[in-house]
Amino acid sequence: MTTLDSLPTVPRPVPAARTEPRPRFRDLLAAEWFKLWSMRSMRWGYGLGAVGIVWLSVNSAVADVQNWDRYPADMRAHFVPGGSLRDAFTNNAGITVLLVAGVLGAMTLVSEYASGLIRVSFAAVPARRSLLAAKIAVLTAVMLAFGVVVTFSSFGLSEAILSSKHAGISLTQPGIWSALTAAMLLPAVSALVGLGLAAVIRHSAATVVAVVTVLLLIPDFLSDNHYWSACLDHAMPFRAFQTLYDLTPYQVNPHLPYPAQPAGEWWVYLLWPLVSVIVALVLVDRRDV
Amino acid sequence: MDPVIEVNHLTKRYGATTAVDELTFTVQPGCVTGFLGPNGAGKSTTLRMIIGLNQPTSGSVAVEGRPFRQRPRGLRQVGALLDAGDVHGGRSAAAHLGVLARTNALPLRRVDEVLAEVGLADAARRRIGGFSLGMKQRLGIAAALLGDPPVLLFDEPLNGLDPEGVRWVRDLFRRLAAEGRTVFVSSHLMSEMEHTADRLVVIGRGRLIADEPLAAFAARSNGVSVRVRTPDAAALAESVRAAGATVTRDGADVLLVTGLDSDRIGDLAFERRLRLHELAATTASLERAFMELTAESVEYATAEAGDAR
Repeated sequence: MTTLDSLPTVPRPVPAARTEPRPRFRDLLAAEWFKLWSMRSMRWGYGLGAVGIVWLSVNSAVADVQNWDRYPADMRAHFVPGGSLRDAFTNNAGITVLLVAGVLGAMTLVSEYASGLIRVSFAAVPARRSLLAAKIAVLTAVMLAFGVVVTFSSFGLSEAILSSKHAGISLTQPGIWSALTAAMLLPAVSALVGLGLAAVIRHSAATVVAVVTVLLLIPDFLSDNHYWSACLDHAMPFRAFQTLYDLTPYQVNPHLPYPAQPAGEWWVYLLWPLVSVIVALVLVDRRDV
Repeated sequence: MDPVIEVNHLTKRYGATTAVDELTFTVQPGCVTGFLGPNGAGKSTTLRMIIGLNQPTSGSVAVEGRPFRQRPRGLRQVGALLDAGDVHGGRSAAAHLGVLARTNALPLRRVDEVLAEVGLADAARRRIGGFSLGMKQRLGIAAALLGDPPVLLFDEPLNGLDPEGVRWVRDLFRRLAAEGRTVFVSSHLMSEMEHTADRLVVIGRGRLIADEPLAAFAARSNGVSVRVRTPDAAALAESVRAAGATVTRDGADVLLVTGLDSDRIGDLAFERRLRLHELAATTASLERAFMELTAESVEYATAEAGDAR
């Protein structure tokens, strides 16, 4: 029975309490930044997502240039600026941003819950809110950069292609910055909504279903024919993007019974990510993991 | 010496189920403390409450005088391996530890140091998804050692390790304790603790059963017993009982006898002309002490186990 003999007879000194460095938020930022890019799937997700989104817009500009000579004269005359802007960042590109950024944002958090890594993370950083705040800060910064790169790549390439038919618009076009800002912010808005849903649901598959439902399906199901459904519809991020990505947003379409108001849509753009972040920060501290 | 971990009337309920029930014990530095109990006894829940992953329903637990959740960073204080599967398969071992090191402002050379210490230096750049359970256990131990903490918690750390790995882990625990650290290791197998722990905290159904040195625990067993293998088990059992001993049947032809020594049993068999194939005295078994103590608290006791007593 070696164990009985090995009972310590003389109490040994406990290691002296070390001087711990003061906890710094930027350590958490550095860790989250490294955590994001240390995953091959994330690198591919961002890279392929960006290429795909730009390609959708470029492809639509190429199609317009190829078909240009077959378009009626009236259509060609009115192509600039509205048609040109639509080629700079197509509706399909917007849908793809919602999906790609929404799912990537959700995966940033839900992959930790699904794998159990969250327990290791919280054991290393018991200040859970700081950890999640760092994750949110890194995600927001990366998604803003993603939005800027994707939007300006799409705009630059599409307008360069359209300029061969003198159908391009430039950054001096009135109203262009408001539209492009809406496109630039869309990835960050979608990603933070995805992260909020992940914080509530915490299961991978259910979170992805929820992201697709909230960001894409619900706005698609709602019509503008009734007041209540128009209100709900206009409160969705996708509809806000469609309203805001326009050169003349303040000329409200008179044929719609309940038209969306651009000023209100900026609030939609702000409140969705804000509420998502608050919900995530509140829940993360209260639940067992 | 002041206890490092103080568990005080700790209770955790999940709906109608009480996982941990008014648990009170302390863990001392400088020795390996085994945390023992049958499956579902509440060991993992207790460990999770110690490092603040789960909130107690009532009661409290302090590590070095304060709840762990109140610390902004944890790795320099407590190293914990709760579940080797708590990793993301898409990262390499070095990246997994690199993230943890950054959060706690630990020098990145610690990553290579602990990977070398657990024998994973060659697998540092490989994705964790391709690791065996034993390799994941080593990685989890490396993560626990990363911050060079004075307190170490391990939940079933021997699962999935090969015999060489088991010996390595035992030596590691003994070394960590010898350095003055607090080492708290859970297991549901007494045999795993027998050669590792100095003290035992035994729980069953969330309640404390024993909290004492290993030697005191071993002494609880009913003394020496003798194992007898004989084709005439029924007849021998009868005569041994008549001589005042207690007999437990262990299979068709094996008897476990307490209250008579092996000489007397051999003589009895000779007198009755019964054949013996094996006659061996066994010292008090920790496993038996554990079984006896936790028998009442085992949730799904089998009929056979009931007869054995």
